[in-house]
Amino acid sequence: MSGFLTVENLAVKVGSFELSDFSFEIAEGECLSLMGPSGCGKTTVMEAICGLRNEWIQAGEICLGGEEITGLPAGARGVGLVPQDIVLFPTMTVREHLEFGPRLHGWRRKAIAERVEGLSEGLGLGDLLERLPQGLSGGESRRVALGRALALRPSLLCLDEALSGLDEARHEEVLTMIRGMIEREKVTTLHVTHSLAEARMLGDRILEMG
Amino acid sequence: MSELNQETQKIWKVRPEWPFLLFLLFVVVSYLGLVLLMLGANVLSVSWSEVGQILQDPAIQHSIKLTFVTCTATAILSVLVAVPLGYLLSRYHFRGRAFLDTLIDVPILLPPLVVGLSLLILFNRVSLSEGCWVLAVGLFTAAILGAFGGDRKGKLIPVVLAGLAILVALAGVFLRKEVGSLEDAVGEVGLPVTFHPLGVVLAQFPVAAAFAIRTMKTTFDQISPRYEEVAMTLGCHRGQAFGRVILPMASKGMIAAGTMAWARALGEFGPILIFAGATRGRTEVLSTSVFLEINLGNLSGAAALSLLMIVIAVSTLLLVRSFLGRGGSV
Repeated sequence: MSGFLTVENLAVKVGSFELSDFSFEIAEGECLSLMGPSGCGKTTVMEAICGLRNEWIQAGEICLGGEEITGLPAGARGVGLVPQDIVLFPTMTVREHLEFGPRLHGWRRKAIAERVEGLSEGLGLGDLLERLPQGLSGGESRRVALGRALALRPSLLCLDEALSGLDEARHEEVLTMIRGMIEREKVTTLHVTHSLAEARMLGDRILEMG
Repeated sequence: MSELNQETQKIWKVRPEWPFLLFLLFVVVSYLGLVLLMLGANVLSVSWSEVGQILQDPAIQHSIKLTFVTCTATAILSVLVAVPLGYLLSRYHFRGRAFLDTLIDVPILLPPLVVGLSLLILFNRVSLSEGCWVLAVGLFTAAILGAFGGDRKGKLIPVVLAGLAILVALAGVFLRKEVGSLEDAVGEVGLPVTFHPLGVVLAQFPVAAAFAIRTMKTTFDQISPRYEEVAMTLGCHRGQAFGRVILPMASKGMIAAGTMAWARALGEFGPILIFAGATRGRTEVLSTSVFLEINLGNLSGAAALSLLMIVIAVSTLLLVRSFLGRGGSV
């Protein structure tokens, strides 16, 4: 395998759920939509790639940008995550969300300010920067979560059910925004979904599980 | 209407709900009635002149000051212990967790006099070396229990416990020559405990901390572990995720835990009487003042002090509740 992200013979066990010998790859800059019915293990695979479920991995290898990351802690992988349940930090403003990663990694103040400005412009968050998550709509929350995940310029962006919980009227708007940001940031993306329409709109390629 | 039509009629018959509401009302009125009557009895038996008179007594003024100082110190100490312990119990699954969980409730279940007596024996009958040995055996047992089972995240805990057990055992060996008690040891560094104001804090602490730990565990249980996971994908290690994300979210819980500990410390009596005593102008706090006034036959003075304690307890709870009602997450 020679992709930017390669998952080889991954075996994961969570309680009674077992996934074995699962392999796939994503080329650099590509957006892969990983599809499958509920309970087939899409999110588990994504969380294993993010480093959140290292204790569940029984066998296999995950490589990102040519380096093996299978045993690395989540924070050392350079993988940004937009989880299905968004989980914005309730005590932080939108600006603090965008600054969170760069501040943690000791970026200089000017670099942080430039990054926040760029992201807020791309995501249309300019007027919302001082707001707390409680004052945001579903679509706005998603944009903030995407900005937070992209702030550190991750090697891989993981999107878990990007449209879950959104009303249908907002689907296209949010998908267009996500697609635009992926292209603008030129970030390799793994998108997990159970919706074929969503997968077709966002993914360059679709991989079906289960 | 035919039998079949009666069974499939569109509007269903529902039994009236007033008996249930009446039952709820009966329980609420019975309980609140008892509480209000108790408070009312205190108010009716005291004249405001008596309250003013007792508040001018220098011994009572000292007692009020010491009550505020010791309750605040106990509350701060309790929160400092409750935050890490509550987090540990909420997030980590390891063998012996159920035992630890039960152990935390022991001070609540023990008769208050037993808590005081245990502290008295610990500080005055047990040598420093013996204390270290007992603690080391306890830590080592916990480490052995924790070494089997639990998830990978919890595997570090038995190692840390075993390390602590070795350190404490070494301290026990080092202090073997010390023949004095724990009280002698703390007395030597200028911090006497038994029958001193510091003893009041120590007597209030075990039960107050147990309540605070329970509150903090519930607080952390209500915060999804997803917050830490997302923070960790952004470069945090668990400690940073805890400090930067979870702790600010748990601020309301910390205030609630502190209030709970403060209120519990205010009402503590048995352990204080046994371990710190009730010496006028020295270790006397409001709860022991009531006891001393009863012993002196001054029932109206005791009632006035009880009223004062009720006012302090109710206003503290109302103040904190109104604060907790505004903003924040948990």
